[in-house]
Order: sequence, then structure tokens, then C-alpha cells
Amino acid sequence: MIVVSLGALLTVFLYSWVKGVMGDSIEMSSNFDTGDVKVVTRAYARQADQYPNDLAILGVDTLLEALKAGFPDMDWAPRIRFGALADFPDSLGETRGQGPVAGWAVDLLGEGSREPERFNLPAAIVRGRMPESRGEVLLAENLASRFDAGPGDSFTLFGTTMEGGFTFVNYTIAGTVRFGATGLDRGAVLMDLQDARAAFAMEDAAGEILGFLPVFHYDDRMAQEVVSRFQAGAGSGDGISGQDQEYAPVMITLGRQAGMAEMLVYAEAISGMLIFLFVLAMSIVLWNAGLLGGLRRYTEFGIRIALGEDKGHIYRSLLWEALVIGSIGSILGTFVGVVFVYIFHHVGFNFSSMMQQASMLIPGIMRPAITPAIYYIGFIPGVLSMLLGNALAGRGIYKRQTSRLFNELEV
Amino acid sequence: MKTTILLFALILFTGLLTLQAQEQNEALTILEKVDRNLSAQNRIFESSMTIHGRRTSRTITSKSWSRGEKEALTEYLSPASEAGTKMLKLEDQLWIYTPSADRTIQISGHMLRQSVMGSDLSYEDMMDDRKLTEVYSAEVVARDTLGGERVVVLQLTARRGDVAYPVQKMWIDAEKFVPLRQEMYARSGQLLKRVDLFEVRRIQDRWFPTRMVYRDMLKTGGGTEFTVSSIVFDTQIPEHIFSKASLR
Repeated sequence: MIVVSLGALLTVFLYSWVKGVMGDSIEMSSNFDTGDVKVVTRAYARQADQYPNDLAILGVDTLLEALKAGFPDMDWAPRIRFGALADFPDSLGETRGQGPVAGWAVDLLGEGSREPERFNLPAAIVRGRMPESRGEVLLAENLASRFDAGPGDSFTLFGTTMEGGFTFVNYTIAGTVRFGATGLDRGAVLMDLQDARAAFAMEDAAGEILGFLPVFHYDDRMAQEVVSRFQAGAGSGDGISGQDQEYAPVMITLGRQAGMAEMLVYAEAISGMLIFLFVLAMSIVLWNAGLLGGLRRYTEFGIRIALGEDKGHIYRSLLWEALVIGSIGSILGTFVGVVFVYIFHHVGFNFSSMMQQASMLIPGIMRPAITPAIYYIGFIPGVLSMLLGNALAGRGIYKRQTSRLFNELEV
Repeated sequence: MKTTILLFALILFTGLLTLQAQEQNEALTILEKVDRNLSAQNRIFESSMTIHGRRTSRTITSKSWSRGEKEALTEYLSPASEAGTKMLKLEDQLWIYTPSADRTIQISGHMLRQSVMGSDLSYEDMMDDRKLTEVYSAEVVARDTLGGERVVVLQLTARRGDVAYPVQKMWIDAEKFVPLRQEMYARSGQLLKRVDLFEVRRIQDRWFPTRMVYRDMLKTGGGTEFTVSSIVFDTQIPEHIFSKASLR
């Protein structure tokens, strides 16, 4: 029973671990780019890869209120993505160096904002600190190093407003971060949403509003349900009803955004394969345990046959015993496994101390996933394999001949 | 008989060569006349640029000073958010000064291909003021009418590598020698931009189009309308205008 319990425990824990790690990679995309659902204008959605802020959502405050009222369990985060030029001045204010940057404007300073956590901040800060006031930004460490800039230094962001005008805004570097992706580390900036709104003339506007489901990992069915309700009118608000259809907000699930459908299938396939291989291996171990357990009772079965017990009865009692032991072992193993999963899901495994360079795209803390399957996955090797092993071992019961039995038992 | 055919072929071949040379000469002559109309030693003009975006339209007014093809200063006058912003071109360098950040920023490299203020013009478009005859060879490809005017259609092919558009097609008014339409192509043959020019006026001793509609064919906006409200050619411009000190 101890072996069965351990097997079920390991199955439950490793299943949720694989699901957790795979789910984390999807979650990272959700946090950085797609949300579990994303609200953009119809026109923006068609060119989403270019982040066309001239097609941004207007009347964001009204829409946000409607979204919060329509989907109170979800967290909604307006964001602005932009491309600009970062210009680093010399002591005379002349251009010392400049480079293109990709920018994220998120709610960094708002009370209770979960955006810093989604970006794995402040763990990814290499130098300096988190922005604490307007005008302070985080810059990619590689970009800052390339231009010999650091916390406390200023630079000018040269970009285009929502209407297409020039915008030149001076910012102070609060800290530098490591994104963990070459392209972003070469040139990326992270600033507070209000700063970006002021810089790009986007008051009460946002390029996109990301919605996050109240679940740890992305759930496509749940996301689609949210989209269906939004399309039916929930959370779409009155303030935007008069807008041109081209600029009316549309909601898209993570799975429907560019490249994500393939990623979901890939993650599902990889986790499915790993789980299948592990459950198979564990099943073989427990099947073998059942088989050996049955074979060890060879003499006992012989005596019972010699005493006149029906072979079918012995076989059925063997299977019943296997079922009971397997079930009790699986229940115990699953219980302990689920407890471990809950504990480590809450606490998390902190790998950041083992990583030389923590970054925004490589989370330092990993957690097992809590899914409905953890309550039954342990029973596959625990019960089925035990039954199968004992069933195979018990086949010998029917092969015993009474004439040879006394000889075997040295009677 | 053979000799007659050979003689006929020779005459035809020579005739064709002569015709081609004449057409090339004609194209060059037309282009020189276009240059005489459009180029100047220096000029000062005020203009408005209406950018028809996908969602809204906005108008920016500016005043520009230019000397030859290598020096130019533009000061934006309105709207308030752009007022005081200045762009200075010296040789092949471009600086922008903005009072809001109190910074002078140099624009270079691929940034020169970016749109100016969301318009259909790039910095390169604004900077390149060279004479067409210096940059392109031309040939007459058609004669047509455009907007009721007789036009000669020239195909321009760049003779140098440092041009934004390796090939251009130009519909030139056959009487005033001012382009009425320009199409700019990439080396691959893709149409990049189209400019329609209107309201050709007699200014000083030349014909000059005072309204132009630019359309970046790779963008989905409604084009950019550029209107010259006043222009003076070959006038005295103080030296300090074309220095970085004039930016602030």
C-alpha cells in the first residue's frame, strides 16, 4: 500500500508540475502581451502587430467601468504599446547617442495595481529601483549600458502622438531591467500609463485593455465564454455605443491572437506527452508491484486450492484485494499529493537564487497547477495498474493441477 | 534586292537611334525646365499641411527658409502643441528642436525614412531638394492629358545610389513645365508614393504648384495636403538662420 500511495503521490505532483510549467509559459504571454482576453478597436485588431495608436480605444474610463461591472471577477488593465526613439544627451544637451525602443505603458504607480507583478518586477531590476513618481521609467539594461546611462540619468523619448504629431518628453531612468529576450533587451522601455497618455496625447485612451481571468492559468473555454457575454452586450458600456463600428471595441481571447493558437496546441501536446510517459512509467512500476505481490502468494493459493476453495473465488478475492489496496493507496497518495500541490502552489518554488540573471521573461518562481485532474490522475496507476498486475499474476491460479499441487506443496 | 533590304534596315535602325536620342534630349530639356521652375537659390515660404489620418484630420502651419539644396530651416507655427518646434537641415544632417523638452535631437539613419508628424512625407522627402537633372536620367514614355492639360510623361531613373526613390514617373505640364503628378517607385517596381500637384501659379518669373496632395501608398490614411500660402524666391536670408543657434 505504501508503494501504491507513493506512486499516486508522485503522479499527482508531477502531473500538476508539468501542467504548471507549461501553463506558466502561456501565462507569461498572457501577462506580457495578450491578456487572457484583450479589448481593442476593430481597426486596431487588424494591425495589432504594428500597435497603431491612432486606432486606439477612446473613452477608456467608461469602458473600464462597464467591463468591471460586467465581469467583476476579472482584472482589467489598460495598456499602451509604442515605438519611439530614445535620445541620450551629452552635458550640453546635444545628442550623444540614440536608438529605437519598443515601449510598454502600464499601470506602474496605481494603488493595488498587479501590473508590476505580471511583469515580474521588481525581481528583474538589475540596477536602481521601481519608478515611484511620474516621469520615472525602467529601461532595458543592455540599452542603458550601450549608451552608458543608468539610474538617475535622463533621456528624451521622441515619438508620435495618437494624432501623428511630434512628441518629445524627458524621462529619468529609475532602474534598468533584464527582459530575457534579445530583441527587447536591445531596446525597450517600461513606463507608467499616465506618463504615456500625457506623452502621446492619449488622455482617456489606450491601445488595448487586457483582461485577466480569476484562474491561475489560461482557460480557453472560460475566455470564450467571457467573449460571448461581451458580444452579447455585457461590459461593453453605453459610452461607446455611438462610436463608428470601425473603432468599436472588440474582445479577442488569447487563443485567437496571432500565433497563440499554435502555442496552445504545442503546450498541450508537450504536457500531454510528458504526462502520458510519466503515468505510463508509474503504471508499469505499480503493475509490476501488483504482479510480484500476486506471485509471492503462489503457495497460499495452492493451499487454498488444496483445501477445496474454488479457483474463481480465489481469483476474484485477489482482484478485490488489489482493488481495495489500490483504492486506499491511491486515496492516501492523492490526498498527500493534493496537499503538497496546494502548499507549493501557494508558496512556489523559488529558482531565482539558482539563476545568475533573473529576467522579466523567465519567472524566478514556478508553481504546480491546480486542475480537476489532480483529484483522479493518481488512480490510473494506483488502481488500474494494481488490478492489471494482480489479474496477470492470478492467471496462474487456473493453471494449477491438483495432481501436481501436492507434489509442489510437498504433502 | 538584298542590298535594298539591308539599306532599308540601316536607315530604319539609324532613324530609330536618332529618334531615341531626340527623345532623350527632349526629356532632358523638359527636366531642365522643371528644375528652373522648382529650384531656386533660396526661398522663404509659409505653408499649411493637412494630414488626413484614418480617424481625424489635423492641420499644421509652418514657415520655412531654404538656401540651395543643402540648408533649410522650418519652424512650426501651429497648432499650439507643435508651435516652436524647429527642424534644421545642414548638408545631409537633420536636427529637431522642441521647446517642450528643450532638447535638440539629431535625426539620422533609418529614422529619416519615418513619417513627419504622421504625414505622408518622410524626413527624406522633406530634405531632398536636389535638382532632378542632377539625380535622374529621363526618357519620354508617353504624351497624354491630365486634368485637361497636355502632359508629357517622363520616366526618371536614378543615376546615383543616394536617392529615396530609384524610379519616378512624372506627368509634366507640356506648356508650363511643372509636374502635375509624380509617382515614386522602389527598385522592385513597387509604387511607394504618389503626389498630385494643383493650382500652378505664376510666381516671380516661374510657374509653381501651390497645392500638393501626397499619398503614401503603403499607408491607409487619406493623404496629406500641402498648401503653400506664400512664397518668395531668391531673396536675402540672414546667415544665422542656417545655424544650430537658430533652433533655440
